[in-house]
Amino acid sequence: MLLSEFFTVILLLAGAFFFLAGTVGLLRFPDVYTRLHALTKADNVGLGLMVLGLALQAESWAMTGKLILIWLCVLLSSASVAHLIANAARKKGIEPWKQ
Amino acid sequence: MEAMTSLPLMTLMQLLFDTLLGFALLWLGWRALASPDLFQAIVLFIAFGLLMAIVWVRLDAPDVALAEAAIGAGLTGALLLTTLARLEAKNRSKSALEKKHKVWLMTENVKLKTASFLWLMVILMLLVSGLVYAVLTLQEQTFELQMLVSKNLESSGVSNPVTAVLLNFRGYDTLLEMSVLLLALLGVWSFGGIPKPHESLPGPVLNMLSRLLIPLLIIVAGYFLWVGSDAPGGAFQGGSVLGAAGVLLLLVGWRLCIRFVGLPLRIILVFGLGVFVSAAVVLIFLGRQFMEYPPSVAGALILLIEAAATLSIGITLAALFLVGRPEFRRHK
Amino acid sequence: MNTLYLYTIVGVGLFTLGLYALLIHSDLLRKILAINIMGSGVFLILVALAARTQGAVPDPVPHAMVITGIVVAVSATALALALVIRVRTKVGHANLPEQSLE
Repeated sequence: MLLSEFFTVILLLAGAFFFLAGTVGLLRFPDVYTRLHALTKADNVGLGLMVLGLALQAESWAMTGKLILIWLCVLLSSASVAHLIANAARKKGIEPWKQ
Repeated sequence: MEAMTSLPLMTLMQLLFDTLLGFALLWLGWRALASPDLFQAIVLFIAFGLLMAIVWVRLDAPDVALAEAAIGAGLTGALLLTTLARLEAKNRSKSALEKKHKVWLMTENVKLKTASFLWLMVILMLLVSGLVYAVLTLQEQTFELQMLVSKNLESSGVSNPVTAVLLNFRGYDTLLEMSVLLLALLGVWSFGGIPKPHESLPGPVLNMLSRLLIPLLIIVAGYFLWVGSDAPGGAFQGGSVLGAAGVLLLLVGWRLCIRFVGLPLRIILVFGLGVFVSAAVVLIFLGRQFMEYPPSVAGALILLIEAAATLSIGITLAALFLVGRPEFRRHK
Repeated sequence: MNTLYLYTIVGVGLFTLGLYALLIHSDLLRKILAINIMGSGVFLILVALAARTQGAVPDPVPHAMVITGIVVAVSATALALALVIRVRTKVGHANLPEQSLE
């Protein structure tokens, strides 16, 4: 019982760390493509860790299934939306950042 | 004993989080209204809506949170963005950057400018202090309404108090609200000559996304409808998810088959309102009051009305996104 | 000081912010955004006041009213946006005429 709570805390903290990293990337990276990269990659992992942490506390398997479904939905939509935004930016003629 | 010592830390953390959330709301609201680029303003407004949904959860209002996330942030954002696309479709050369039009401060006379600005500030400050005073000196909450709801919850046919209030106790609110939704669509349809937005091919990714998401959205809408009787959810949440599926379909270029544009579409649009009104009227003939559902069949009646309402709300919201009336001719 | 009063005051702030922007901007789309933010402020006050009973279940009646309000707000917004598009096609721009104070 206590062990699962311990793992939940660890997983949630790890998830929060990835979200933080993604947000820092969003704020600090130079152009739209690198920002999208930081945001979607880091947030997908962060959300996955959080879902895993919460699934440990779930009361039933149905709840675990819903949590995982939420994660899959976010994976699907964030990957597609990142592609759409990047595509729109490329069509608009925004050049990728080069050192 | 342990609970006593850990309590202040918890409340402090919560207070910190709430304060942060409150300031973030105000800041996002301000940026959405003040940022010079309209596109940016709309995106900030969508973010504002999502933050609002978190606030609703903090305030123990999950039903409102669902409605806000789906309608307040999602559909309103989609409506704003498609309107912006239509407004900018005509003159692509002009940059999206809006010049700073400020009606109140349009004068060369600096003194007059400062004076009018100061006056506005004074009036707004008075308004804020009046409102804050009114809110802080409100008398303690009376429990009458709440007691009435919980006392009669059993006879309402559902166990989610918000659904009970929406569909049973204050059903006429919902009835009129659905009329407002329908009237808004009729109003939008009555304007002729709405320009088409700049349409581009959806591309494989959006196509694939819609193929995967739309069946899921329809299932989720049904789930919200079903679960609304005893958990957060209901006709409006389900309807707005259905509306989102419609918006996605419209985005990938799907249009209603010409055979269904006329009468069938109209029947679906008024279906929810029709079922609602006929249920209420039939009950009058059975010797009850207008909208007084007999407790034995209340649950089934509410589910029936909600099912019809979900369908109508979803289709109406999607039609609002299309803006112009679906056309009879010029169909691919 | 209760956190609920914090949200009530944020609601008052949002309402006033929206009112200010509604008065100051001449761009019609921006005015619609401002009205929506004013509405969010009102909803926030309502729901925060509904949760005043600490520990107990919040009052469901304001919650139902706010859900109704959100749907009415999106209907009004859709109608207003269609009007803006119509104004734009008729007049050529989507701003109020600029008037000077003199």
